[in-house]
Amino acid sequence: MAETAEVKVGVYCAADNEVASAIDLEALEKVALTEMKAALYRNHPNLSSAESVEQIRRDIGEHGLSHVVILDRSARAFPGLFEFGPEVMVDLVPLRELVIWTHDANDEDTQMLAEDYLRMYVARTKNLKRPEPQELAVERRVLVIGGGVSGMRSALDIAGAGVPVTLVEKTPALGGWAAKFTRSFPTKPPYDQLQNGDMVRELAERVNGDSAIDVLLDTRVTEINGQPGEFEVKLENGGAPQQLRAGSIVQATGWRPYNPERLGELGYGKKNVVTNVQLEQMFANGSVLKADGTAPKSIAFIQCAGSRDKEHLPYCSGVCCRASLKHAMQLREMYPGINVYVLYKDIRSPAQYELFYQKAQDDPGFFFTKGEVQRVDEKDGVLAIDLDETLLDEPITVEAEMLVLATGIVPTTSVEDGVFAPGGGEENKPDTRIRDEREEGEVELELLPSGKKVAAGAEKGAKILNLTYRLGTDLPTLKYGFPDSHFICFPYETRRTGIFAAGCVRAPMDQAQAMMDANGASLKAVQALEMTAHGQTLHPRSRDLSYPDFFLQRCTQCKRCTEDCPFGALDEDEKGTPLPNLARCRRCGTCMGACPERIVNFQNFNVPMGNSMIKAVEVPEELEEKPRLIAFVCENDALPALEIAARRRMKFNPWVRIVPVRCLGSVNTVWLTNCLDAGFDGIMLLGCKHGDNYQCHFVRGSELAEYRMENVQEKLQQMQLEQERVQVSAVAIDEWASLPELFDDYYEQIEEIGPNPFKDF
Amino acid sequence: MDEQRAAYDLLVVGGGIAGVTTAIEAAEAGLTVALVEREPSLGGRVARFHHYFPKLCPPSCGLEINYRRLREHANVRVFTLASVESIEGDSPEIEVTVCVRPRYTNPVAFDYGEWAKTCPVDCEDPFNYGIGRRKALYYPWDNAYPPRWVVDERAVDDPAFREWAQGDPAGGIDLDQRERTVSLTVKSVAWATGWRPYDASKLDRLGFGELPDVLTNVIFERLSAPDGPTGGELTAPSGREVNRVAFVQCAGSRDKDHLPYCSGVCCAVSLKQASYVRERLPEAEIHMFYIDVRTPGRLEDFLQEREQDPRITLHRGKVAKVEQVEDGLAVTAENTLTGDRETVTVDLVVLATGMQPTAAVEKLAARAELDENGFFIQDDEPAAHYGVGTAVRPLGVAETLQDATGAAMKALQMARRS
Repeated sequence: MAETAEVKVGVYCAADNEVASAIDLEALEKVALTEMKAALYRNHPNLSSAESVEQIRRDIGEHGLSHVVILDRSARAFPGLFEFGPEVMVDLVPLRELVIWTHDANDEDTQMLAEDYLRMYVARTKNLKRPEPQELAVERRVLVIGGGVSGMRSALDIAGAGVPVTLVEKTPALGGWAAKFTRSFPTKPPYDQLQNGDMVRELAERVNGDSAIDVLLDTRVTEINGQPGEFEVKLENGGAPQQLRAGSIVQATGWRPYNPERLGELGYGKKNVVTNVQLEQMFANGSVLKADGTAPKSIAFIQCAGSRDKEHLPYCSGVCCRASLKHAMQLREMYPGINVYVLYKDIRSPAQYELFYQKAQDDPGFFFTKGEVQRVDEKDGVLAIDLDETLLDEPITVEAEMLVLATGIVPTTSVEDGVFAPGGGEENKPDTRIRDEREEGEVELELLPSGKKVAAGAEKGAKILNLTYRLGTDLPTLKYGFPDSHFICFPYETRRTGIFAAGCVRAPMDQAQAMMDANGASLKAVQALEMTAHGQTLHPRSRDLSYPDFFLQRCTQCKRCTEDCPFGALDEDEKGTPLPNLARCRRCGTCMGACPERIVNFQNFNVPMGNSMIKAVEVPEELEEKPRLIAFVCENDALPALEIAARRRMKFNPWVRIVPVRCLGSVNTVWLTNCLDAGFDGIMLLGCKHGDNYQCHFVRGSELAEYRMENVQEKLQQMQLEQERVQVSAVAIDEWASLPELFDDYYEQIEEIGPNPFKDF
Repeated sequence: MDEQRAAYDLLVVGGGIAGVTTAIEAAEAGLTVALVEREPSLGGRVARFHHYFPKLCPPSCGLEINYRRLREHANVRVFTLASVESIEGDSPEIEVTVCVRPRYTNPVAFDYGEWAKTCPVDCEDPFNYGIGRRKALYYPWDNAYPPRWVVDERAVDDPAFREWAQGDPAGGIDLDQRERTVSLTVKSVAWATGWRPYDASKLDRLGFGELPDVLTNVIFERLSAPDGPTGGELTAPSGREVNRVAFVQCAGSRDKDHLPYCSGVCCAVSLKQASYVRERLPEAEIHMFYIDVRTPGRLEDFLQEREQDPRITLHRGKVAKVEQVEDGLAVTAENTLTGDRETVTVDLVVLATGMQPTAAVEKLAARAELDENGFFIQDDEPAAHYGVGTAVRPLGVAETLQDATGAAMKALQMARRS
């Protein structure tokens, strides 16, 4: 990575009227050639023209340029324009955005700014090189865990794309919960008829008949080691161990019903009170009868039984309303005279399911009552349900001969509530193994260096994948035990690269949604093979070929990198030395930011690069009264926000120099101390919001940056500098309008505390 | 002028967040993709949203990441200002004719921002649903992709515009550009044609189009957005001070005379917009009239946070009418179960209108079956033509993007079959 003799930099500067009338290009040329030792400098009136691109290409050949620095617009403005092959490193300086549009023309400070950016980028580019792709001989096989609807659909998709699949199911049969259901909701027009349950059986037949899918029943995963492209999977099949290699993994381990034992206040445990899942079993057995063996004349459903309730499941499972409508229709078919009472908070039948709900409303045997259930009593074989009727605002009592509790969905990744199922097959008993371990405290929770617990492991401690990762055995979960990730823009933005959750384990959903989700997760699994084979990383820096190099001779085993990696890419040997798994890496640079020895670097993004940019800025002496501030800016959100503000011709504070970074997590504190040593008066870090609604696509880069600043504060104290010298701010991409003020306000603060006393050393 | 016939594995029709996602996910899985978008920029409906629920984060954040993926991927060819004219044949040789309308500009590094302000001609602004006007030379929006200026085709023949355009300081304007057709051969077609808001002027007695301070949810998004016509300031179009806001759920939804289905997202959208009001007008009172609050899954937390807010009141009832009264707009709701009526007077009314699939209002060249509401009828199997996201059912962004990723799986299977 060091500067070598072959580095020859060509500098090209936009020189149309807009630029040429605002800054002194001759002075710029002098900086490039004499000060920065560029091999070549050219102005061009239209750099993005085909003729200009051709000129650069010719120069590269004739002058043997290894690096090209183009001062014009940002990379966002020129999709795919400046590409000169794998030998040439191209760096674009957003001259118009950061200088021309945002600062006064023909001003001494604007000229200094332009020259500084030229210095910074030429200095930086000398530290950058094109990465050699780390290609991997990937195992073109996907492991799908779970043989329910989601798992089967995934397996069929993946096999359909020509990739072999191993489908592992822990029970003796494919089908999962859905196979126990005799009927399903309508998925086709007119959306008002129940469908038979054949879909699941047909899926299972197709899976069994597909030669590209190996089905392993009665099988559990006991260990997963390795990385995308080469996961080593250990299985246990009826006591017999088995092994396989897979390139990527779909976790479709599904759900279980909420434990109704906890719903005594809703009558569970009383005669003729069953859950929706138990009712399904009755339908499967062919008859729904009361405990005395007679048919019920009336039946009530309590919706949200243990759902939307802080004491139980705080979330809505989304499917129970439709399930009860389905059950009620089945009952009306079975017993045409039966009266059905549905006691609900809100009926949730979104999209075309509304037509299904309308059909139920048209049935004179249905009675819908909105209210909160207070208590359930049983007297003379009749269940009396007291509820506060929300609409009439008065208590009423509904009587019925049977009561169904519409319970919700618990992901298998949560061990919160044991397991309950009708019939109580062996596989459905509470998993005491997991429970015991949890009670004995064997389940690890991760600690940040601050000693803060973070939910980076499966927070409820379910062990399904049994990953041998430093950061835990399973996919990290967000709220309520669901191993979801950034769930709006990137539903498969997994935090364990190459492992994708699908179906009810990821979020509560019905069969149709689970199939849709399986389509998506299976695409990601196949895509992971494709990209990993080429040494490319996955979203969000998709196709980035760079990777972290660890200069381990100087490693002090401090474990910061292994703890901080948001994707669990780094394991550790017994001494604590990191063991990188590059195919798990998403190239955010959090490890590079973490390392106190500065031994983690990327080919095209590294600690020396940042240092060289810092040193390249000319910091005027204190007497000149030209302060210098530096801002490390996240290139995902804050940098585009700056560019939007620039395009809108907002004016930026002339003292600020911008350094783009992959993520605030990649900012090494040595940069900050070097800035202070170099005489910068203040340092800003602009990154994404963190917390529950985090927007960082590297999960916790900005959070880590903030934490690391605590260490910097110590350093500031040692240097007897004010803590305001370093400030971290969260900036969303649409907060561009606030940026000029953010800079100005910060400058004001710095002005108050005065210049950096190290400036003139 | 016809370009030579080009072959791609996949054609994606529609460059909203769904189509962009399908295109880039398919390309990263190894397919070659053509993406056809009718507007001058990608982004579709979400480009006009202020924030997503429940994170209250800007859509441009995710779009920006996807744009970078597109920008750096040679396997995706993006056609903007383009639409599918005709489709012949079947997979693996579906022959598609695409019509590409002129942008009237060539790419230049120069940004017309300052000069465009001097443009003497302006046009109605569809990006802001007709609120305000834009210059005839315009930049589609802050996060436009491709990042290029456009001449509004309605102004091209305007002599005042043509004269002004002669002063083009960068030589990027080219009013001689003509429409061209492009011929593609593809193995499957993903119809990510999206949705449009239901026409609120069809809703009798709710006042849209007659009473200035009755808006729709999509317009309210624009009024809340920092790049919107008011710069994000919440003001009533009549100029009236806003102290009370009503959200009218199921405006034209779950209604046999309008949209019989539920769009599934409008409840969460109104709860989100209630937050916009709380943020900008902390003293304002907010009333939301609903039949059922539909906030499944984790959105329950989002609902409860707002239910606990003393300034937000949820009223069960279907709004029967909105009338101008002396001190504002009287919103009268009827409880469909009890028959009780309730009237609340407010300053601003937001109608939570639903989604209508594009195919309900215009004919698509898709060889696919549609239901009576214009949604694609399909299962999860690969096919030559398939709908994506809201072309199939009303969905929120998160679910749409699951489906959009899954659509790339269908494309992959269709490509591997041939």
